[in-house]
This record gives sequence, C-alpha cells and structure tokens, in this order.
Amino acid sequence: MTEPQSALDRSDSRVRHDEGIGDAIRGFIDRVRSGDLGMLPVIVGLILIATVFWSLNPVFLAPNNLANLLFDAAAVGCISLGIVCVLMLGEIDLSVGSMSGLASAILGVVWVKMGLPVALAILVALASGAFMGFVYATLLNRFGMPSFVSTLSGLLAMLGLQLYLLGSTGSINLPYASAMVRFGQIHVMPAWFSYLLAVLPGAVILWLGLDRMRRRRAVNLSNPGGLSVLLAQAGILTVVLLGAVHYLNQGRGIPWMFGLFVLLVVIMNYALTRTKWGRAMFAVGGNREAARRSGINVNRIRISAFMLCSSLAALGGILAASRLASSSQQAGTGDVNLNAIAAAVIGGTSLFGGRGSAWSALLGIIVIQSISNGLTLLNLSSSLRYMITGAVLAIAVIVDSLARQSRASHGRA
Amino acid sequence: MAESGRSAEPILKLRGVSKQFGAVQALADIELDIHAGEVVALVGDNGAGKSTLVKILAGVHQPTAGTIEFMGKPVTLDSPGKALEMGIATVFQDLSLCENLDVVSNLFLGHELSPWRLDEVQMEVRAWTLLRELAARIPSVREPVASLSGGQRQTVAIARSLLLDPKIIMLDEPTAALGVAQTAEVLNLIERVRDRGLGVILISHNMEDVRAVADRIVVLRLGRNNGIFTADSSNAELVSAITGATENAVSRRQARKLEETGA
Repeated sequence: MTEPQSALDRSDSRVRHDEGIGDAIRGFIDRVRSGDLGMLPVIVGLILIATVFWSLNPVFLAPNNLANLLFDAAAVGCISLGIVCVLMLGEIDLSVGSMSGLASAILGVVWVKMGLPVALAILVALASGAFMGFVYATLLNRFGMPSFVSTLSGLLAMLGLQLYLLGSTGSINLPYASAMVRFGQIHVMPAWFSYLLAVLPGAVILWLGLDRMRRRRAVNLSNPGGLSVLLAQAGILTVVLLGAVHYLNQGRGIPWMFGLFVLLVVIMNYALTRTKWGRAMFAVGGNREAARRSGINVNRIRISAFMLCSSLAALGGILAASRLASSSQQAGTGDVNLNAIAAAVIGGTSLFGGRGSAWSALLGIIVIQSISNGLTLLNLSSSLRYMITGAVLAIAVIVDSLARQSRASHGRA
Repeated sequence: MAESGRSAEPILKLRGVSKQFGAVQALADIELDIHAGEVVALVGDNGAGKSTLVKILAGVHQPTAGTIEFMGKPVTLDSPGKALEMGIATVFQDLSLCENLDVVSNLFLGHELSPWRLDEVQMEVRAWTLLRELAARIPSVREPVASLSGGQRQTVAIARSLLLDPKIIMLDEPTAALGVAQTAEVLNLIERVRDRGLGVILISHNMEDVRAVADRIVVLRLGRNNGIFTADSSNAELVSAITGATENAVSRRQARKLEETGA
C-alpha cells in the first residue's frame, strides 16, 4: 500500500518529514547539534577509555578481564538503576551506598548468623530497602524535607545500623560453595544461550517495529524512517551484540549476574517508556504542578520512585555481598555511592529531572567500571582512582548542564 | 438576564464561597451560577480574585467557607483529580504543560489509553482528530511541547481539557498571548464548545473578546461580586463595575480623548 496523499500527521507542510536512512541520520545530527545528546557522549567516552587503557595495558580488552568487569558492574549497576528513578523526579538519594551495605549486613546476619534460609534473608534485605524508600518519600511528602537532606541523614543512620549488625567481628563470610556466592563469582551463561540472547533484541525490535508500522498504516499515520531504518537498527544491533558475545565467549563468558542486571534494565525501560506510571514519572520530573493538575497523584509517584530506588540499592548490596562472599563493614562505603550516581548521570539521565532512561544506568556503569578496572590494571592506588572518578563525574554534569542550556535555546525540552 | 429558556437548574452553583490567604481575604461571599450551554465571563481588575476562584473550582485551592453544588449535589473539590473526574476541566493561565513531553503525552497525561501497554498509535490518532476538530495548526504531535509557540501551546492546553468530555470548561486568559487570527480561532472554539452543551467559564481582561462570546458577564471586585451584565451592556458600565467608580482612569482617558478630538 502506498502512502495516501495526506497521512493524518503529514498535512502540515512546514515540517520536514524524514524518509529513509539518509534523513534519519540528518535528523540525528540536528538533534545532537541542538543539545539533545542522548547516548552519544557515553559511547564516545567508552571508545576513548577503551583505547587509552588498551594502549597502556593490552590485558584491559582481554575477554576474561571484560567478563570480570561485567561481574563487578552488575551490583553497582543495580544501585544506579534505582538512582535513575529518583533523578527522573529531580530528586536524589545519597544513601544508596549505605543502603546496599546495610542490605549485605542483613543478608549475612539473617542467613549465616541466624541460619535462616537464604531466600528469606534476601527478602528481609529487600523489604528493608523498600521501607527506607517509603520513609524518604513520606518525609518529602508530609514535611517537605528535601530528599538531599533526608537521604544524607539516612546515609549516616544506616551506616551505623550496618556496623551495629555486624558487631565486633566486623565481617561475616558467606558459605563459599553456596549457589548464592557461585552466582556472584562463577556462574556464566552457556554459549548457546548467550548467542540466543544476542539475537533476541534485534528480533524483538524488528517484530515490534513491523507491528507498529502495520498499525500506523491502518489508521492513516505515516511511518517516519520506514522499513529501511528499522532494518538498519535491528541489523546493526544484532551484529554488535553477536560480536560482543562471541568475543566474551572466547574467555569465561557472560555472567548470569550481569544478565540479571540487564533484565532489570529492560524491565525498567519498559516501565518508564510504555506504561502510565512511566509517563507520570517523566511528567512529575518535568513539571510537578502540571502533573498534579492533570490528576496524577504526585505523592504516590514519589513513593514508588524512592521505594524502587532503595530496593534496587538493597539488591545491589546483596549482589555485591555474593560477589565478595562476605558481608563486611566496608560494604557500600567508599565510592559506591558516588559511582552509582555518577553512572546514571554519565549515562545521560539529567540531574534536573524529567529526562533520562534506564539504559543510562547500563552504559554509565560500564564507563565507571572500565575506568576503575583500567586503573587497577595499571596498579594505581584507590586514591588516584577516586580523584579520576570524581573528575569524570564533574565532566558528566558539565556536559548535562551545557546540553540543557543548548536545548533551551534551540526550543527543545 | 439572558437565562430564560435554559434549564432552571444550573450545573454549577456557588454560594457564599470565601477564601483567605493568611490575613488577606482573596474571596468573600462569592455567588455564581453556570448553566449548560452558556458562556459566563468572569471579569475584574488585577487582584479581584478571578484566578483564586478558578483554582478553587479546579480543586487546586480549598475554599475557607461556602458551598459548591455540582449537578444539584453539594461537593468538595479537594484535589485536581477529583474536579477533573467530576467534569470540571481547566485551562490554566500558565497552561500547565510538561515541556519535556510531546504533544500526545501532554494531551493524555494522567488519562493514557491502556495503562500497562500505552497505545501510542491510538493516542496519536485521537490527538490528530481532536486537533483537527479545533482547526489547530500544530506541525507535529511528536515534538516536545518546549518547541511549540505560545499560541500552539494554548491550543494544546484547550484540546487537553476537552479530551475527557467535561461538563464545564474554565479558561483562564485564553487569548492573552495570541495573535489576531488565533484569538478568533479560540473564540470560535469557545462557541463550538458551548454549542456542544458545555458550560464555559471565560476569564479575560479583553472586553472585546468577552462581549463577543459571553452570555453573561460576572464582575468581581476586590474579592466580591460586583454585578452581572449581558453582552450588550456598554463598555462604560462594565469598566465602572470593574474599577468600582464611574470616575476612573479609563473614563478620564476617554474624556480627554474626546476633548482632544472635539477641539
């Protein structure tokens, strides 16, 4: 079926209507120029980081090192995914590090010290996260306490609770042979399964895209880009993923733990972009009063965001504990907090609310983890690592800020 | 008054509505009736309490005293969601659009189709149909609202209020930011909405616009009712009710102009 003379959305001659791949690329360049950078900075950054570290120490790009990197990325990545939720509302949670530490302490105490089933321990840890999130949201809703302050006090309180729970011994070792620890340290996907997963996203994009095109045509709407752009997207994605998976399978393979993290990112992405809840999240972050006036229950949205954030932080703590096979006083301290927040911002979620995506947690954490991993390979101390990560965060925020100003002057949100 | 022939029972009935902000009495003893298929203009000087009244009806503020009856039943409007649900839609002066979302998302905000798997295609179709009905000139519904002009945003805001088939629609200064043609469009739009049997509350400083579409003109002054007029009352009458004196800045200016041209 050919395009009717005037598709419902093509009647205004003032708008450039993109057709085909060439126009799609031109549209992309226009968006970047006006400050709608999307994922561009992070991809450029990744290539830069990989090149620098690889030239300094070729081990950096070895498949086994990359697999290690993915193991390490999963825990903080989960925390960062929660941070995306609160940043979306223009709020912040500074206590995610302590929350993850507390969750790992709870896991150790309930599972190892008290000898209860591990599933119960995980549940208690997650519930404590949900509870803390509820407390933060309530402080904000009822008393107008800025999340910046409430979470800062939560940071200290939970750190105290973590130290109290672990007591004088200071750390609890988790059983080395347990499935929990093996999940965090050893388990990787079978090769055939990872290849299957690599093909899946492209296939899903293609399938959903074709379905969307068919439905749009049925109601007389145009299809920007059309089939060629869709095929190009799906094709490039599949090739890149297959390449990555093949390379990783030369070494240990792809950790299940990382798979879990990606699954959470995909679910969060669906929730943020394709559900009413997600739309409300963007609306509250963009213009809270407008959201309230359109009948959105702003308080409830805040509660959901803070609870998700703290629960994901708790999950991150559990994953970190299984990765280290211990619940220690050091868990969740140091740079965990800042790494999680930096990852979300570096990945393109705005600190100013209303802009962002679940993918930013994934891309951001890979950047952060690459830097940390690369510096460790160079035998640099954590002092230097902290300074460099701090500088990267500063750069990311500057880019976010500049892009925002540029968008404003180009009439984009 | 031009009320004969309309159903006796108003959709919306306000009796003795007052609102205090601290020591300031923003509204005192307001009475207001809105019937189906009627445009009521609410006029008054700055600080007369028009916007406060609108916010009370929209559920943004709660009145300190008085009763509100909607469809013959007393109601409390304690949240914007409740007012919307009941059928009172509002287009605020600041439009209340989310600039980071596109036109479709803004139109359906809070009332998306199929909440667990947003039906973007169906929403886009309804958005285009609605905008066409309003003869709106929006280039693309997939651009963020931040990229639209003032008039286009006004159209989006009005379209959004109509989406839920309300009984009453309130427009706070809908033509203030618009050009000549767009103002005429909005006035046409108001008449179209009235002909669909809705009650319309129009707030405006522009007497020309008010007289062009309003069936009744309710004047507020310093938070109180100060007379009800019809479209054929003279400008002088209206202005004196608004300013509270027959001798006022407007009449003095007119007199001076008259002298100058007469001389």
